[in-house]
Amino acid sequence: MSDLDLTEVERIKAASRHLRGTLAESLNDPLTGAIADPDTQVSKFHGIYQQDDRDIRSERTRQKLEPAYSFMIRARIPGGLLTTSQWLGMDRIATQHANRTIRLTTRQAIQFHGVIKRNLRETVADINRSTLDTIAACGDVNRNVMSPPLPALSSVHRQVQACAEALSEHLMPKTRAYHEIWLDGKKLDSSEREIEPIYGDTYLPRKFKAAFVIPPQNDVDVFAQDLGFITIIRDGKIAGFNVTVGGGMGMTHGETDTYPRLADVMGFIGPENLLAVAEAVVMTQRDYGDRSNRKHARLKYTIEDRGIDWFRGEVERRSSVKFSAAEKFAFVANGDVYGWLRDDVGAWHYGLFIENGRVGDFGERRLLSGLRAIAERHDTEFRLTPNQNLIVSKVADKAKAEIEALLIEYGIENSVHASRLRLNSMACVAFPTCGLAMAESERYLPALIDKLDAMLAGLGLADEPITIRMTGCPNGCARPYIAEIGLVGKGPGRYTVFLGAGFAGERLGAPVLDNANEAEVLETLQPLFTDFAAQRDEGEHFGDFLVRTGTVREVRAGRQIHER
Amino acid sequence: MSSLPAGILPLDLQQTNNLQAAVSGLTPLQLQWVSGYAAGLAAAGERADTPAGVPAATVANAGDERLTVLYGSQTGNGEALARTLVGQAKAKGFAAEAVSLADYKPSKLKRESLVSFVISTHGEGDPPDDAELFREFLLSDNAPPLKHLKYSVLALGDSSYVNFCQTGREFDSRLNELGAERIEALQECDLDYDEAASGWTRRIVEALPDLLATGEASVAPLLRAVTTVSEFDKSNPFPAEVLVNQKITGGSSSKDVRHIELSIEGSRLRYEPGDSLAVIVENPPPLVAELLTELKLDGDSIVTVRDKRLTLVDALTKTMEITSVSLGFLREWSAMSGDAGLKSMLEANDPQALSAFIDGYQIIDVVRQFPAAVDAHQFVATLRRLSPRSYSIASSLAANPDEVHLTVAAVRYEAFGRKHWGAASTHLADRLAPGDRVAVYVERNSRFRLPEASAPVIMIGPGTGVAPFRAFLQHRVEAGANGENWLFFGDRNFDSDFLYQLEWQRYRKQGQLQRFDVAFSRDQRRKVYVQDRIRENAAELNRWIDKGAYIYVCGDAKRMASDVNDALIDVLATENGLDRAAAEQKLKALRSAGRYQRDVY
Repeated sequence: MSDLDLTEVERIKAASRHLRGTLAESLNDPLTGAIADPDTQVSKFHGIYQQDDRDIRSERTRQKLEPAYSFMIRARIPGGLLTTSQWLGMDRIATQHANRTIRLTTRQAIQFHGVIKRNLRETVADINRSTLDTIAACGDVNRNVMSPPLPALSSVHRQVQACAEALSEHLMPKTRAYHEIWLDGKKLDSSEREIEPIYGDTYLPRKFKAAFVIPPQNDVDVFAQDLGFITIIRDGKIAGFNVTVGGGMGMTHGETDTYPRLADVMGFIGPENLLAVAEAVVMTQRDYGDRSNRKHARLKYTIEDRGIDWFRGEVERRSSVKFSAAEKFAFVANGDVYGWLRDDVGAWHYGLFIENGRVGDFGERRLLSGLRAIAERHDTEFRLTPNQNLIVSKVADKAKAEIEALLIEYGIENSVHASRLRLNSMACVAFPTCGLAMAESERYLPALIDKLDAMLAGLGLADEPITIRMTGCPNGCARPYIAEIGLVGKGPGRYTVFLGAGFAGERLGAPVLDNANEAEVLETLQPLFTDFAAQRDEGEHFGDFLVRTGTVREVRAGRQIHER
Repeated sequence: MSSLPAGILPLDLQQTNNLQAAVSGLTPLQLQWVSGYAAGLAAAGERADTPAGVPAATVANAGDERLTVLYGSQTGNGEALARTLVGQAKAKGFAAEAVSLADYKPSKLKRESLVSFVISTHGEGDPPDDAELFREFLLSDNAPPLKHLKYSVLALGDSSYVNFCQTGREFDSRLNELGAERIEALQECDLDYDEAASGWTRRIVEALPDLLATGEASVAPLLRAVTTVSEFDKSNPFPAEVLVNQKITGGSSSKDVRHIELSIEGSRLRYEPGDSLAVIVENPPPLVAELLTELKLDGDSIVTVRDKRLTLVDALTKTMEITSVSLGFLREWSAMSGDAGLKSMLEANDPQALSAFIDGYQIIDVVRQFPAAVDAHQFVATLRRLSPRSYSIASSLAANPDEVHLTVAAVRYEAFGRKHWGAASTHLADRLAPGDRVAVYVERNSRFRLPEASAPVIMIGPGTGVAPFRAFLQHRVEAGANGENWLFFGDRNFDSDFLYQLEWQRYRKQGQLQRFDVAFSRDQRRKVYVQDRIRENAAELNRWIDKGAYIYVCGDAKRMASDVNDALIDVLATENGLDRAAAEQKLKALRSAGRYQRDVY
């Protein structure tokens, strides 16, 4: 590929000297709260996104002030597993440097919003002091590795969690840039040659997402991942993995050659081959992914263009691992498990609903303070879930009542606030901080759910679990294309509505409304809910119902999603 | 034209000859054009071509029979008054010249016979920058006896400061001490100086025939202007239309700073970077209403202000100073209220206590705390005239034809349980919308001027003090000046108080602002100010000075200007291995050379 065909981001990566760019200089520039344009790409690899308060962007321009820049910092937390002392560290950072909230992400990570440039170094250092880091939490590399929180089976959880941590470690960039810029400031000795053994000098063509899943719960949405491992458990031990490749959510409005895609199952491997196969998948994508067009650079397009058989062959050749036929598996749901649950070794877990993952103090509902109180007083662990919730884990018998009391004291117990629809909802951040947002998401979905709840209650569907997810843009952070009701922002107050996805994340939804406002969304859903209440089969889910009755077209492959 | 009559002209022989050579052979039409051109030059005063730091034409024969008017003031007011006196003296046929104290060699004083001083006082009794060196000389032991000298002093000041007219007082008493003869009692002027100043000017001019034995009684002007170049001034301000009134501090700011753009289209008003704009202001209507209520006075009652009859509400809104307290007001109010505490404070005459009082109280607060029964007339008689407020112009005319831009911090605060407003700033910020008009005129500040295009410039302007530097940069960019620019800016918070941030960023990106250092005092535990940044950059700053940089300071006179001054002395001392006294000397030398100019208030 000639240099001219490369995207701007590819050129920036190549010139960045292994992710250094001019970040250090940018941080020291007192004239602006921003970093230099090329550095905004480089910083992502360090888990740091430049954003600005879009609510006041035009007001600031009139005031002859630059946008109110701040940074989103994402911590890398494989499998979302945190000790309480790590949580308390995150709490301090949120309180001191960010906007007094902790945002749990759809990839079991933590985001801080509103960190201003002059506090960036201190914030990253504080994260490091909490024994966490932000390396590769964003950027064209392997992002946070997901793994199910699995409260019911602690012995299995431990094993799969270890795999997730090993994979995360193995696929980390090896550059010292992170330490150099954010922590010790020590420059690389010029005689040392720094090598990125897996990624090379320009890293991957695009972001790369990996996850482990343990059937029958598909809480991580394994089919939305570039690389997935469906864990096959036998006799309480990992027997191996069905490897999935080529899932991904992002698309662009109006460009039908971009589409969300569910992953293909490539075959089965033994646990000993995990890292070799993962590395081969990454390196194949590194070498064959499209670096001339970022909208066509994800692994899903590489596989779509070249075929899964070619891809399997390439991975087998590189890893010297032969895939065997996939083992049987079945998924029942892609949501989370809530409330108290006792695991196989006798410990208690409380699945706590956190609306849209936003942990803060909101009036009576004091999530930040409540979780702080629990973390300070009880030796538990916190598991962040793939649906932006949190599990207070490993609670001893004697502590259960006290924690229950704290949940009530801080007004954060699930039953207080959540309908079934709400418990199965997710929204991305969108306005005011996300630079990609075209419509509201986190700030709007709760109000829309209020209206839908009223509708469902009137039809006797109040206890029906229906998945609903909203994003402010089509990139799909909250995985809206695999929610039974998916709303994808297109403009202020306007959404493309996807219906008919599988309740377990096994089928994409089809677009049924374009550029719809709230009234149109409600008008469309009302009769569908009514029919569903009247005509559904026993135990049938809303998405399945719509497809079975032909109300909504069944989307069998991502590339067909735009067909009419 | 045959020959010019010598002797009756305000020209010396050489000048007469030059003029004759210049106009010989011109057609009547050309002569008429030259006449208008010369009138235009005269009306434009110094601004035309005199570069900063170059002394105005020096006097050919010091010691000749003439009136020398020496002026020093931070704004253009002193200069304007000096020029008025010179103009009137010349009109009567006397030789007279106005010279800035910055350009005047103190040793020449002993050869003068008749000198009038126009001298202002700033802040807590400080002399204007122009006059600092002269004052030092005059008050020192080196000052010569001045027995042959006749003098008078016009002192400008603000009676809401305790050391009101301090510099004028010092000059007056010291000259007397040195044996000079006072021809007119010291005239102290408050902010509303017009009347007092014109009275003083008239008395001096009337005395001239007894003091200067020269000239014919009357001179017929040889050349009459065929076109009148109208220059709006204090007595004839221009009603400028407001184009923009935009808050430029962010939502979370503790301050409300406005960027105001005014149209001067059609006015032929001209200004240079460094000049100020005087704004005729009105008082806040809620304050007027509050005063009327407090004093139980009828706003419709008629009062007389300077022979004009008007309603009390109009007087308080448009003609009288009703925000800041003067010592004069305090004395009168003390007498009228009979308040013992006020009386004893005034009698104790402790400058610090008085300063603190005057700084903290507005007139409404005094009226409230020390009630007195007064009628409308009595009350108005205690007040000073409302004077125009001047703002350093924030734009370059070259970059913004027909516009003047100002940077105005709206003063609003809570004290004594009520809202307080700054009269001028809230007049501009709160009571003027685009389309409204406000009366203005230009105040020249020839002591704050850009150097030649190639000279490096260091600009130090925290807060709204950055205004003239916006004008400087606009002007230099427009003129294609290749000298380097270095700006020091400071304020409270980076996020909300970085005035004109986008513009500085653009200048830097385009390579027109080579260095920029900022200090935001409240963004970290330890407060940081521009003077700290100056010290941090000592080596580089000294290099700039060595390569001929001009230093400009604009903003708060009370603390910032002296803190910056100290920092500059430190820089010169540490970087050149000088002791403090030597470094001070070096800075003074820079000031004398016009390379350290200040516009502080």
